[in-house]
Amino acid sequence: MARILLILLATLFLALMVVLPVVAIFHRAFAEGWGTYLASILDPETLAAIRLTVIAALIVLPLNIVFGVASAWVIARYRFPGRRALLVLVELPFAVSPIVAGLCFLLIYGAYGPVGAALEPFGVQLMFNLTGIVLVSLFVTCPFVMREILPVLMVTGEDEEKAALTLGANGWQIFRHVVLPNISWGLAYGTVLTMARAMGEFGAVSVVSGAIRGQTMTLPLQIELLYNDYNATGAFAAATVLTGLALVTLALRGLLERFGPRRAH
Amino acid sequence: MRAARPAPHILPGFSLSLGISVLFLCLIVLLPISGLLWQLGGLGWSDYLQVMGSERVLTALRVTVTAAAAATLVNGVFGLILAWVLSRYRFAGRGVLDALVDLPFALPTAVAGIALVALYDKSGWVGGLLDHLGLQVAYTWWGIVIAMIFTSIPFAVRAIQPAIEELDAAEEAAALTLGASPSQRFRLVILRPLLPSILTGVGLSFVRSLGEFGAVIFIAGNLPYKTEIASLLILIRLDEFDYPAAAAIAGTLMAASLLLLAAINIAQTRLQAYLRTEA
Amino acid sequence: MTFEIRDIHKSFAGTEVLKGVSLSLEKGEFIALLGPSGSGKTTLLNIVAGLAHADSGSLVFDGEDITRQPAGQRHFGMVFQSYALFRHMTVAQNIGFGLKVMKGGPSRAEIDRRVAELLEMIELPGLADRFPAQLSGGQRQRVAMARALAIRPRLLLMDEPFSALDAQVRVSLRSEVRALQRRAGVGAIMVTHDRAEADALADRIAIMDQGRIVTIETPEQVA
Repeated sequence: MARILLILLATLFLALMVVLPVVAIFHRAFAEGWGTYLASILDPETLAAIRLTVIAALIVLPLNIVFGVASAWVIARYRFPGRRALLVLVELPFAVSPIVAGLCFLLIYGAYGPVGAALEPFGVQLMFNLTGIVLVSLFVTCPFVMREILPVLMVTGEDEEKAALTLGANGWQIFRHVVLPNISWGLAYGTVLTMARAMGEFGAVSVVSGAIRGQTMTLPLQIELLYNDYNATGAFAAATVLTGLALVTLALRGLLERFGPRRAH
Repeated sequence: MRAARPAPHILPGFSLSLGISVLFLCLIVLLPISGLLWQLGGLGWSDYLQVMGSERVLTALRVTVTAAAAATLVNGVFGLILAWVLSRYRFAGRGVLDALVDLPFALPTAVAGIALVALYDKSGWVGGLLDHLGLQVAYTWWGIVIAMIFTSIPFAVRAIQPAIEELDAAEEAAALTLGASPSQRFRLVILRPLLPSILTGVGLSFVRSLGEFGAVIFIAGNLPYKTEIASLLILIRLDEFDYPAAAAIAGTLMAASLLLLAAINIAQTRLQAYLRTEA
Repeated sequence: MTFEIRDIHKSFAGTEVLKGVSLSLEKGEFIALLGPSGSGKTTLLNIVAGLAHADSGSLVFDGEDITRQPAGQRHFGMVFQSYALFRHMTVAQNIGFGLKVMKGGPSRAEIDRRVAELLEMIELPGLADRFPAQLSGGQRQRVAMARALAIRPRLLLMDEPFSALDAQVRVSLRSEVRALQRRAGVGAIMVTHDRAEADALADRIAIMDQGRIVTIETPEQVA
């Protein structure tokens, strides 16, 4: 009896709090029919926002992968002074709220910040453009790849790597043939998470983007703009793109969880 | 003693991977955060207190903290129920439920924001119903709470779930046969050992709610002195180029988050040690 | 070929685990390092393999000081206690790995030939395309052995090579390992805590206790 009641309660909560809002997005996006929906998506400003969002994510992704793999490797495989501090620093962005994160970047890399001011004479501007968007996206996605790889490295241990070493393999060969295959599933999932978060970040990006229509608007910012312009259909149509991305992320996660580990071990 | 010469690491790649990690962390994490500290450093105590003591800032902080606390309370209860249902029961649709818990985490906050308005606004499905009852959620404090519940529920569930999976079912059965009443059983055998993880889940949920921005601002109404959250006030001060004020509020928020996380960490370790000695 | 271990010292966090160990190995000789856990035998083996660094002392191979030489250049074959087979590679890829990564190493056809030869030698010719997870413990052990021998090592190192096997397989594999080592004509150092195993395999047994070699015996003496 308690069982049925609890399941019912849990289902009801998720239905009301999670499912219904997502359904509402699609309902609103298609409220005026397919034609309006397509026209909203194909609006030049929205397309420009999609393009910028994808470009920024494509720059963030490789940088974050390199950092994630390097930091997970160094934390998992070596003992050195400052190792714990490194771990804390990687996780720190999780504890900083988006607006505060954006502000931090503005205060150091902005025109009034020490680094930004030093670069200004050279005509280098870091904030209110693509660079700023990429920098804060790197901050908010910083722990994702590392977090997925570190446990895998811990569990697999270093015997295989040592074996490869005694067989004469160099660092790159060990990484390419031994480490990479072992961490591939974690890396894949971390990459998906980074991608989703980089494309969806709103608060931090809104501080540093400069919000120039058709130029430095990412998709989440464009959604806000459309919404505040009383173009609800346009906002919800744009939102379906990001919702689709979130659903794909979850589906991939499910697939990786179901098939990943079993094949790996 | 021999001169301490650090032995070279056996596995190759130490310098390279440490170099990459340190460079990245310096540019992306350390430098920006020191930017905030630098700005705060230029601010005297009296300036700081003047910014933080203003009626508008105090109200924004009160709104943020009370809403976060209310959302956390709800998430504590439903987080426990969801975690329990997902780890203890096998039923059709469990996989879907499990995946749904992560949806708020995966959904961009701005999307969540407009979705919640669409639902709780007077013209929305739920908002319409509530309006008939004379209740208004959107553009009130309650709306802020709803948005915070949405974005932080995964943190509560995912923190409690592993602990329930570890909970010993035999212990429960034993308590049942020993004639404990259901409520005693729940308190002693279930709630007590879960306390550390509930604390973590609730704490993470609260910290997340404190800093939430995207999901909240659409549904909040953003009326100064009424439904304005601290994060939004930082943004407003920034738009006015009042960097010191923005930094003061942001620094306060960040310090609160970090202290809370550290406190949770310590409390959790202590609590676990205490429960172990009790057992 | 002679291999000499000279006065090796090693400490971990203030505790001295090797207190001046010396040992020499003749051509083709099989030496067992026998001792209880904590006696320092695995640490010694890791130092020989280049997987740990000695605080002081030296390793000399055929008159060449290899103390500071990286593991990969020593050309010693190592069989790990866990076997450490590459889980994402087939048996054939595992055995051929050392040859594949060798600078100016053999051609692919040559590697295939050598792998086939080794598979024949360890009597697992049909299992080339299996993954380690699909093998029995004894089969894994033999693949690990073949992988170490594939690079034609100057010295074979084995860390408790039979400890993960059940008693029956253990005994039957002993003579096989000995035969493989003889056929390869390579000197070997094996770490073990099992007296019978040392007796069955080794030419000489170095008994270790608390970071020192206490005595060096021949199996006959022990029996």
